Amino acid sequence: MHVIETGNTAAALAVKLAGAQVVAAYPITPQTPLTEKLSEYIEAGEMDARYVPVESEHSALGVCIAASSAGARAFTATSANGLLYMHEQVHWAAGARLPLVMCVANRAVGAPWNIWNDHQDSISQRDTGWIQMYCCDHQQIIDDTLKAFRVAEATSIPVMVCYDGYLLSHTYMPFAIPDEDQVAEFLPPFRPSYALDPGSPANLNTVTLPEVRLDVNGELAHGYMEIRYLLQEDLRNAVQVVEETDAAYQAIFGRGGAPLVEPYRCDDAEYVVVGMGSITYQLRDVIETLRAEGHRIGVLGVRLYRPFPDAAVAAAVRGARGVFVMEKALSYGYEGALCSDLKSALYDHLGELGTAPSVKGLVAGIGGREIRTADLADALRSGLAGSVPDPNWIGIQL
Amino acid sequence: MGPRGYRYKTSHSQPGPGDGGATGSWRVQRPVIDLARCTPAKRGKEACFACWLYCPDVVVSRTIPPQIDYEYCKGCGICAEECPTGAIEMVDESAAHEHED
Amino acid sequence: MTTRTTILSLPVEEYVHPGNRACTGCGLGIAYRIGLKALGPDTIVIVPPSCLTVLQGLFPVATTKLPSLNTTFACTAAAATGVLEALKAQGKDHVNVVAWAGDGGTADIGIQSLSGASERGDDFLFMCYDNEGYMNTGVQRSGTTPQGAITSNTPFKGKLQQKKDVAAIMTAHGIDYVATASAAYPLDLHDKVKKAISLKGVKYIHIHTPCPPGWGFDARYTVRVGELAVKTGYWDLYEVEKGVFRLTGASAKTLKAGTRKPVEEYLKSQVRFRVMSPEQAADVQARVDAKWSTYSGGAG
Repeated sequence: MHVIETGNTAAALAVKLAGAQVVAAYPITPQTPLTEKLSEYIEAGEMDARYVPVESEHSALGVCIAASSAGARAFTATSANGLLYMHEQVHWAAGARLPLVMCVANRAVGAPWNIWNDHQDSISQRDTGWIQMYCCDHQQIIDDTLKAFRVAEATSIPVMVCYDGYLLSHTYMPFAIPDEDQVAEFLPPFRPSYALDPGSPANLNTVTLPEVRLDVNGELAHGYMEIRYLLQEDLRNAVQVVEETDAAYQAIFGRGGAPLVEPYRCDDAEYVVVGMGSITYQLRDVIETLRAEGHRIGVLGVRLYRPFPDAAVAAAVRGARGVFVMEKALSYGYEGALCSDLKSALYDHLGELGTAPSVKGLVAGIGGREIRTADLADALRSGLAGSVPDPNWIGIQL
Repeated sequence: MGPRGYRYKTSHSQPGPGDGGATGSWRVQRPVIDLARCTPAKRGKEACFACWLYCPDVVVSRTIPPQIDYEYCKGCGICAEECPTGAIEMVDESAAHEHED
Repeated sequence: MTTRTTILSLPVEEYVHPGNRACTGCGLGIAYRIGLKALGPDTIVIVPPSCLTVLQGLFPVATTKLPSLNTTFACTAAAATGVLEALKAQGKDHVNVVAWAGDGGTADIGIQSLSGASERGDDFLFMCYDNEGYMNTGVQRSGTTPQGAITSNTPFKGKLQQKKDVAAIMTAHGIDYVATASAAYPLDLHDKVKKAISLKGVKYIHIHTPCPPGWGFDARYTVRVGELAVKTGYWDLYEVEKGVFRLTGASAKTLKAGTRKPVEEYLKSQVRFRVMSPEQAADVQARVDAKWSTYSGGAG
């Protein structure tokens, strides 16, 4: 079935279809319409879940962590400062290996207060051990949110599904709603590795020592370092799980095929613009304009940001002379995190690439500053001519 | 490649005694029950058990007579303090060891 | 209370293993052990960072024989809600969900989530074991440290402010059951836990929990010091069931018999109060007297 609805509704429909059993959330713009929808579904009896109207985002994720520890499929959503207020819990959920799913309607973080879109909120959570997916349109929001549950449960790693606040969360677009029976085939009920149970008592997340130690059966148990290493190992392996999950989704629903990176006219490209989220679809228009001017240029949307699909990113820009990384966030004091990650991937894969393209970072849309297609084209033209604008913040008026 | 099961990826602790080791080694004095003054021992039936009730370390048994698990008893002396008949004396570990020798 | 538990009728089953890392003479050791007896085997325990985290054991060995979830400091009550909702979602409604937090995890960093859960009326029991400071980090001042007490960051003058009355705050939430208890009165505590789990919504029990190293007394006097707090009227045992206040146990007896001891006896039992002046001690006595003047024969 196709509908014309908002991105937040797309996410809510996915959570309903996924059969989340516990939903806990605290209101923050622009996430609120998503949780309002879930409240409606649950109160109307369309969705069999417990909705917990918590008193803070810290508690929202706290409820989900505990609910997941007790064996329930749990979901939350937030934005901006709400996500930052959760930060401790974001780390905790990954360390506890809980397959939670959280939607983030991306929004700028204070100070100063700003409710509009950029990616600073979720990018600042990149080192927490979560899987992060970035959506470019409404169809991806509903599809990715469903896939997120399967990926999370297959890896015991929580997944953050990120989509641009307002630009996607509040705009109306057509998208297909997956069929309920097919969802049941794609996503079986949650079977936790362990759920808190008086019949099988265990203490979870206890203080864990720097060194390994014997357990009650005299077997060597891991120390903190081993537990953390296995999170890293599983995260690296999660790239493949994301691909397999996408393939399974594609087999059932006929959509997908580019779960790691989404290239657009990159095959013959001398230059590639790399970005995440809705801006990468906007860039497709820009690229057409520049191609009409004779530039061989393409766009690469990074759909999976953590674990970083370094091999896929490197392969996608292979043969290009130059790469422009267009970001809505910054690692303040240096450059955009995606720009650094991409450079790092190129360095790691230099052997396969032979030579690495030049990489220039560009910053756009901070705090919801309008990203005008003409400005993007101008910035890229100057980059193609040899130097990106200085400062490299597109549209800045100092 | 070591074990990769769920339990190895999380801090999943299983119940068992002696997490802190043989905590009896913390003791400076040990409680010694004088059965001639201990109410359940004297009466030969269930009674009193104040030492069992107040023990913070689960090392006094609810038996006739009560028994103290010296492997884990930390020697706080609460049982001696709370015993209504004064049947429990705190004895220096050095003296107790000499006695054992 | 309808039926009073005696030592002889107290459940024999233990839910705590010996050989744990709690300090010698730990008041929490008594309260936790007895509280779990009242809760029984169908129980899931929620624990934020606190002395109980230490008592509970280090991975991979657990001191508690019941399933337990360690949470971040601020979200104890939210975690209890999460476990509860997960159980409900799976149709498991026979399990007691019980949070055991220290005074910091209750009165300070934990009060937001506790207040939120109380307003929502989530069905769990919240136990605060109040040792009146951040004891496992080295005896720092908390919101429930009493006035006059020396701590690591009130090192010379003692704490200048009054103790936060969390039980009163919880009562103001209009929940069905709020009680105070003491580690020195385990049977009174046991029966309050039993009553609490028979009621719906958030139930709250605040346990005065003597701490030998933090308060400065010999480990053998843990129970004695706790008893002195009650017998001097400094700490009262009561319950507020559906809004009705009632002194219990030793506090009720003290009121009835008129045998309340001078507060000075309690203050002198601990090193932490040694910097209090006679005027400050007299002020504490006056406050205790004023509080007790509000108590009347309703005690049972």
